[in-house]
Amino acid sequence: MNFGYYPGCALHGSSDDYEQSIRACLGALGIKLEEIDDWICCGATAAHSLNHKLAIALPARNLALAQRQGCAEMLAPCPMCSGQLLRAGQALASDAALRSEISSIVEAEVNDGPRVLNIIQVFERVGLKALSDAVTKPLKDLKPACYYGCLLVRPPAVVGFDDAEQPQSMEAVVAALGAKPVDWNYKTECCGAGMTMASPETVLELSGKILANAAAHGANCLVAACPMCHVNLDMKQAAIQEYSGARYDLPVYYLTDVVGMALGLSASELGADRHFVLAREA
Amino acid sequence: MAGRMDAPPTKVVRLVQLGQWDAAMRVESIWQCVSCQTCSARCPKLVDCAGVMDALRQLAFERGAASPAGRAVMVFQRAFLENIRRYGRLNEIDLIARFKGEVFLKSRSLAFLFRDAGLAGQLHKRRKLHLTGEKVRDRAVVERIFERAGAGGAA
Amino acid sequence: MSRIGVFVCWCGENIARTVDVDQVAEACGEMPGVRCAQNYKYMCADPGQAMIREKIASERLDAVVVASCSPHMHLKTFRRAAAAAGLNPYRLEMANIREQCSWVHHDKDRATEKAIGIVRTAVAKVRYNHALSPIRVPMTRRAMVIGGGVAGIQAALDIADAGYEVVLVEREPSIGGKMAGLSETFPTLDCSQCILTPRMVEAGQHPRIKLYTYSELESVSGFVGNFEATIRKKTRYVDMAKCTGCGECQKICPLKRNPSEFDFGMGMRPAIFMPFPQAVPARPVIDKKVCAKIVRNGCGLCEKKCAPGAINFKDQDELATERVGAIVVATGYKLYSIGREQPSAKTTGYGEYGYGKYKDVIDSLQFERLISASGPTNGELKRPSDGKIPQSVVFIACVGSRDNAKGLPYCSKICCMYTAKHTMLYKHKVHSGEAHVFYMDIRAGGKGYDEFVRRAIEKDGAKYYRGRVSKITEENGKLIVRGADTLAGVPVTVETDLVVLASAMRPADGVERLAQKLNIGCDEFGFLMESHPKLRPVETNTAGVYVCGACQAPKDIPESVAQASAAASKVMISFSASELTREPEIARIDEQTCAACFACERTCPYHAIERVELRARNGDLIKRAARVNQGLCMGCGTCVSVCPSKSADSEGFTEEEVYAMVEALA
Repeated sequence: MNFGYYPGCALHGSSDDYEQSIRACLGALGIKLEEIDDWICCGATAAHSLNHKLAIALPARNLALAQRQGCAEMLAPCPMCSGQLLRAGQALASDAALRSEISSIVEAEVNDGPRVLNIIQVFERVGLKALSDAVTKPLKDLKPACYYGCLLVRPPAVVGFDDAEQPQSMEAVVAALGAKPVDWNYKTECCGAGMTMASPETVLELSGKILANAAAHGANCLVAACPMCHVNLDMKQAAIQEYSGARYDLPVYYLTDVVGMALGLSASELGADRHFVLAREA
Repeated sequence: MAGRMDAPPTKVVRLVQLGQWDAAMRVESIWQCVSCQTCSARCPKLVDCAGVMDALRQLAFERGAASPAGRAVMVFQRAFLENIRRYGRLNEIDLIARFKGEVFLKSRSLAFLFRDAGLAGQLHKRRKLHLTGEKVRDRAVVERIFERAGAGGAA
Repeated sequence: MSRIGVFVCWCGENIARTVDVDQVAEACGEMPGVRCAQNYKYMCADPGQAMIREKIASERLDAVVVASCSPHMHLKTFRRAAAAAGLNPYRLEMANIREQCSWVHHDKDRATEKAIGIVRTAVAKVRYNHALSPIRVPMTRRAMVIGGGVAGIQAALDIADAGYEVVLVEREPSIGGKMAGLSETFPTLDCSQCILTPRMVEAGQHPRIKLYTYSELESVSGFVGNFEATIRKKTRYVDMAKCTGCGECQKICPLKRNPSEFDFGMGMRPAIFMPFPQAVPARPVIDKKVCAKIVRNGCGLCEKKCAPGAINFKDQDELATERVGAIVVATGYKLYSIGREQPSAKTTGYGEYGYGKYKDVIDSLQFERLISASGPTNGELKRPSDGKIPQSVVFIACVGSRDNAKGLPYCSKICCMYTAKHTMLYKHKVHSGEAHVFYMDIRAGGKGYDEFVRRAIEKDGAKYYRGRVSKITEENGKLIVRGADTLAGVPVTVETDLVVLASAMRPADGVERLAQKLNIGCDEFGFLMESHPKLRPVETNTAGVYVCGACQAPKDIPESVAQASAAASKVMISFSASELTREPEIARIDEQTCAACFACERTCPYHAIERVELRARNGDLIKRAARVNQGLCMGCGTCVSVCPSKSADSEGFTEEEVYAMVEALA
């Protein structure tokens, strides 16, 4: 199984543990990733906040590059990137004039770009049955709170993935690994997202509520699929605990970490040893 | 998020409905909005509140009409775009330096300047600190894209 | 040569201001076949009509054109005047020189010219107008009412009390509908059952009402005055004649824990059951999906216990036919489901309210059962999850209604009122309890309605928040309701024990199929279409079929009852004569030239085309042909436009007449 691969800046920056995890995990499943050559940043929040045209042009350039590379399906593990790519793709598909304008802006013809997939969709392609068959170390003791955050499921009209209010797809994946996902209430609440730098208190408050709810529902870890969420919940966890006065010490895994662990990969192979909050005894 | 906002999304949308753009642009909320899309997903009248927030931020940016708190967010986002314009991909150290530097010049707050500084060591320990960021090969095209999208010098 | 009279009306100043009526009359005098042309200030007034009558007699006119207003206004008036003078009324034509000329033009010369042209076409047409006589159709003075809720009961009783027989068809085991399950009713707080059950008994015992319960309409044929309805009596497994309604079977049935439909799942019932003790008829049915005897040939205790031997496991569906002259549809409503599974792709559920995942998030009809004295808890409010008495209840209005995102943009109209009622009833039961209401607007138009809502707020202390609830979650047995107070401009979080959703009203299940059987329309949400929203509110576009109650649009009890009586009176008006008179301006088919292709049959929106066989005297088949059923044809002319052999024509608008009009302008 081959997919085009758009890592996005975070996975080549301070969240490169996520990329390590993805490559190790998907490699173990025999999935090849073909990185889009000379990809550029999707523009993220800054572009859609400050310049609408740029917010379409930057992802459009990447879609065009992927197309040029002949890729039909492309994994964009960061939900911010995949959201921007999907949004731009939809805007371009429905508006011929915009398509020609953007094509000349980005110096590349944008037509039917590749199908953009998030990491959960890649596991769905593998098939939950096949995934479960590949498990060598069932995660019997893992009680994860699967955390979707905002952009995996919202806005539903753009991402068209799972159920925006009561998603279950990540639970289905971790259940296939033998883990027992908890039923909890904050799986689609916002962690504070890109406010990490600009408005730290926002993050401390919002992410604090998420950790508190996961702990209250008996989770012994969180599973996320977004580098930004991971930063806020993992790196900021100490600050959150200081801010709220509560202790959680909840490891925050990427979805590929837990899949990889079930496939028998070690924490260091997956880069899970590079997280801030580590499992007490793994 | 609405709990932290000076004007809830309903008020922002109301100002827009009444055509009071100037007032809407100066509301702090548009900078507090984290674009979580919850409002857009749940509005019974299909109002894309998050899209309205984006549009107002853009308008405020273009007219230089951001509120004081908004300016900090805007400084960050401008620094972000400038970073992309230069390198094609995010260079985290450069972004942080630029953002902190610019805010410090305005606020003279040393506390702000050194907040999170302790994290650097932590990040380094986890091999997450990349002092030399990545650059794309074709940086000229990125520059041209920004130029054509009207974000050349402004970012 | 014809002897046509033309009468030009001034309509006071309405026409004469813009059209030179003298000039029009003068020009008309010159037109071929016109015997006389006159003008007068008010042609519709008595002297004007007298002028027409006098001229018909003195000039021996054989056709008349009145140039005045729209025929919608006065065609009947002038045709009556013509008939009074001995002229066939269908030989009178109107030329509309008011709405289509004087009111829409300013230039008097050109308006006058146009008016002359309009009259010229009418004069050309009227020469070919056939003398027609009204169509008479026999009327079966017997009605069928579909749906035995409060609207259906009211309509049935009204018609029966007027002396006509009524067939009342209800698909549930008992009549009574939704109202039978309500606790108390706004704005008077009188007990719903106390006012409804006597009416149910009356309907059940009325000598002229024939009840078909647990029955559904299978099909309808025929037309106004002459419908033949086939009714499917669903298998009850209980012989209605032998059963005494003693209730022993329900007591002995071991399968007692089936969610009660009547209690909307808030209570349980046995496999053999009456939906509620006051059911009419007081006869049980067996739920064949759960009964052990039927499912696996076990049990059979009820059969052994039943003294009159009324249990019949060999029972099967039966079909009955009834001839009726008029049909009233009163199939009512159901509530929008917040669940993930929606009956149509057009609507989506409320994931943010948990898709029905939390037991203590219920809808308003479930709440009615929980506070009803006849309900599963005998009127003591206990929440579904653990039976605790809720110390706080959050009511959410507009769940589904006015929510374009969920697919139902309309207002359900009654929720504001019953939500206010719910807060009162709750506070009357749990004095220390807190009632919170989230609403978008309060719509309390109606006699005593706004006062009622104010009473809930001011006297009973319900807390109203203008704003929506964004999300409901559950923590430690409490429901966490997060919403907005848009008046204060702040988010609100309420920890509560029970949430009641005022779900949108939707037409009852299966209404679209029923509409197809009856050949009546429904809107995009499935509500049945009235013929005219203002002037024909209970008629449908199929003659003889009437609508009332919540199947037509969301409405409350008083409105449903009023509309039911309106529908009943329309039925009674049609029953007032033994024959039905219809306008003769409908289609006819020349059976001699008809090629029997039946293109008309396929396109007729009213199913008014019949196939006939023309036979010689000795019985030999000469040919097949299409024939127009005079009871059903609405004169739309669709058959005329599709007939390849030009055998179909519309009386009053024959091709000959229309071509004459066109040629007159050439």
